[in-house]
Amino acid sequence: MTAVSGEPVLAVEGISKRFGAVQALSDVDLDVHAGEVVALVGDNGAGKSTIIKVIAGVGPADSGEIRWEGRPVTITSPGAAQSLGIATVYQDLALCDNLDVVGNLFLGRELGRLGVLDEVAMEKRSRDLLHTLSIRIPSVRIPVASLSGGQRQTVAISRSLLGEPRIVILDEPTAALGVEQTAQVLDLVERLRGQGLGVILISHNMVDVMAVADRVAVLRLGRNNGLFDTGRTTQEEIIAAITGATDNVVMRRRARTGRAEEAPDG
Amino acid sequence: MADRGKHRADEPAGPAGPAAEAQFDPRLLVREKGAAGYVEEFKRRVRGGELGSLPVIVGLAVIWIVFQSLNSQFLSPQNLSNLSIDIVATGLISVGIVFVLLLGEIDLSAGAVSGASAAVLAVLQVNNGWHPLAAIAAAVAVAALLGLVHGVFFAKLGVPSFVVTLAGMLAWTGFQLWVLGPSGTINLPYEGLVAGLTSTYFTQLIAAYGLAGLVTAGFFAASVLGNARRRAAGIPSRTMADVILRTLVLAFVVFGVAHVLNQYKGLPLALLIFLVVVVAADFVQRRTRYGRKVFAVGGNIEAARRAGINVAAIRVSVFMISGAMAAVGGVFAASRIASASQATGQSNVLMMAIAAAVIGGTSLFGGRGTAYSALLGMLVIQSISSGMALQGVSNSIQFMVTGAVLLAAVVIDSLSRRSQKASGRA
Repeated sequence: MTAVSGEPVLAVEGISKRFGAVQALSDVDLDVHAGEVVALVGDNGAGKSTIIKVIAGVGPADSGEIRWEGRPVTITSPGAAQSLGIATVYQDLALCDNLDVVGNLFLGRELGRLGVLDEVAMEKRSRDLLHTLSIRIPSVRIPVASLSGGQRQTVAISRSLLGEPRIVILDEPTAALGVEQTAQVLDLVERLRGQGLGVILISHNMVDVMAVADRVAVLRLGRNNGLFDTGRTTQEEIIAAITGATDNVVMRRRARTGRAEEAPDG
Repeated sequence: MADRGKHRADEPAGPAGPAAEAQFDPRLLVREKGAAGYVEEFKRRVRGGELGSLPVIVGLAVIWIVFQSLNSQFLSPQNLSNLSIDIVATGLISVGIVFVLLLGEIDLSAGAVSGASAAVLAVLQVNNGWHPLAAIAAAVAVAALLGLVHGVFFAKLGVPSFVVTLAGMLAWTGFQLWVLGPSGTINLPYEGLVAGLTSTYFTQLIAAYGLAGLVTAGFFAASVLGNARRRAAGIPSRTMADVILRTLVLAFVVFGVAHVLNQYKGLPLALLIFLVVVVAADFVQRRTRYGRKVFAVGGNIEAARRAGINVAAIRVSVFMISGAMAAVGGVFAASRIASASQATGQSNVLMMAIAAAVIGGTSLFGGRGTAYSALLGMLVIQSISSGMALQGVSNSIQFMVTGAVLLAAVVIDSLSRRSQKASGRA
C-alpha cells in the first residue's frame, strides 16, 4: 500500500446537487491524495456519475466546496477541470476506431507546424508514453479497431495522461472486459499510482476494487455511506454498505424511536 | 493487494506474439523476415479487413486483360491517352466526393453543382466577356457557396445530408437551366483557355519522362529523409531495400505511363492537373491536422467532439470542398466538349463520381478511404466504358456492367468492414 500523507490533491466537501425533484447528491465528501487509488462504489443511481460530473466540470454542483491542493476552486467546464489537472476517462472510450494508436493519443492536440502533422514526433512521444506505462501494444501504427478491449481501454487511459494530469478519473474501466484484459487495465491503474497520480476508480466489481484501491468510498442514495481502508475491511462489509444492509428498515425505526445504535459513518 | 493484476503483467498484449516483436510496426516486420514478411503482412491485412486499394488494382488488371484480349486496340497509346483525359472531369468531382464519404455522408448534388458551375463559367466568359480565369474562379466560388448552404443545413440544422443534397440536386439543376437561359447551350471558344484545358498536350518527350523522373526522385528523397528522421528519433524505419523496392515499383508505373503517353501526343495537361489535385488531396487527408479531423469525425463523432474538434465546422468545410471540386470537374466537362449545356453534369455523372470513389476503396461508412480511390475508381469505370465502346456494346449493357462492378465494390467494403469489426474485438 502506498504511503499517503499530507494534504489531498483534490478534496470535495459537502457537495449537493438536485435535478428537479430528485436530490442526486446531498452533502457528499470525497478526497484523493497523490499516489492513491480511491474507489468510488455504489449501486445504480447512488450518485457516482453525478459526483464525477461535478469534479470533471460537466455538471457543476448546487452547493459545496472543491479544494485543489488546499485552495478553493470552482470547476465550471471540462476545460477548467483539465487545466487544473483532472483527466476523465469515460466508460464509452471515445476512441476513433479508424485512426491508429498515435492518431488517437494525439487527437485534438496533434503536433505539427502550419497545420502539417509531425508524425515522427507524435510517434516518438506515443512510444515513450506507452513504454513508461509498460503498455504492450503490437504497434502504435495499427488502427485501434484491431486492438482488444483491454488494449483499447489502456490507450484511452494513456491518452488522458498526455495532458500531464495529477488526478485521473476512470469511469468503469473494466466493465465489459474479460479477465485477462481486466488485469491489463488494473496493472495500468497501479502504475499510475506508482507515478504519483491520484486515481478515482468507479467500479461495480468488488474484486477489482479490493485488488487496486487503497480506500473505498461508498455512496448510497446520494450520500456518503462509509469510507473503508481496503487493508482493514472485507468485501462483505463494503457490499453491505453499498446495498444498505447496515441501514435497513429495522434500524431506521430504531433510530426514530430513539433506541438507535450508531450507524456506520456518514 | 493487486496480486490479481501482477501475475499477468508479463503477458504479451493480444495475439501479437513475443514482446520483442511487439516493438516493431507490423508494416515493418518485413525487415525482420524478408520476403515471408510481405506474405504475413498481406494475410494480416486481409484478416483485418484493411484491403485498401488492392481489390481495385486487381480488378483493373483483370478488366484490362479481358478487353485487350477482345480487342488489341484497347491498350493502344491512343486509347489509353484518351482514356486518361476522359477520367478527369468526373474524377475531379469524385475527389470531392471522397472527402464527403470520409465523413460517412453523401453529396448527391455534386453533378448538379458541376453543371451549374459550368453554366456560370460559360455565361460569365462568353456572354459577359470575363477573362476565362476570372470566370473559372467565380464558378468555383459559387459552387463552394452552394456547398456551404448544404453544409449549414446539414451540420447546423441537423437535416440528413442525403436529403439536403437531394434538394440541392433539384434546386441547382433548376439554377443551371435558369443561368443558361432559353438557348440551353453556350459554346466556348475552341482556341480558348477553357477548351485548352483538355486539348493541350506537352508534346516534347522530355515533359512526360522528366515529370516521371521528378516524381521518382522526389519519392525516393522523401523516403530517405523521412527514414533518417525516424532513425534519429529512435523509432522504427523502413530498410533501404524496402525503400528501393517501393521506388522501383513507382518508377515502373510512372515511366510506363510516360512511355505510353509519349507514343501518342505526349502528356495531357488535364491528366497532369488531375494527378496534382489527387496528390494534394491525399496530402491534406493524411498529413494535415485538418485531414486528421475529417477522419476523426468520420470514425467517431462523439470522440471527435470530446477531443475538442469543431464537428460542425469540419462538416461545413467538407461540403464546401465537395462543391468546389464539383465545379472544377464541371469546368473540365465543359472544356471537353467546348460548351456548357443543359446536359452538363446531368445523367450519370453524379453516380459515376460516387461509384468511382467507392470502387476505388473509399468506404461508404466513413472514416476509411483515400483520394487515390477517385483516380483508381475512374480508371475502372472508364476502362469498362471504353472497352465496351470498342466492342460496339450498347449503353444499356455498359450501365449494367458498371452497376455490377459498383455492387461488387460495395460488397467488398461491407465484408471488410465486417471482418474489421470481428478482428477488432478479437
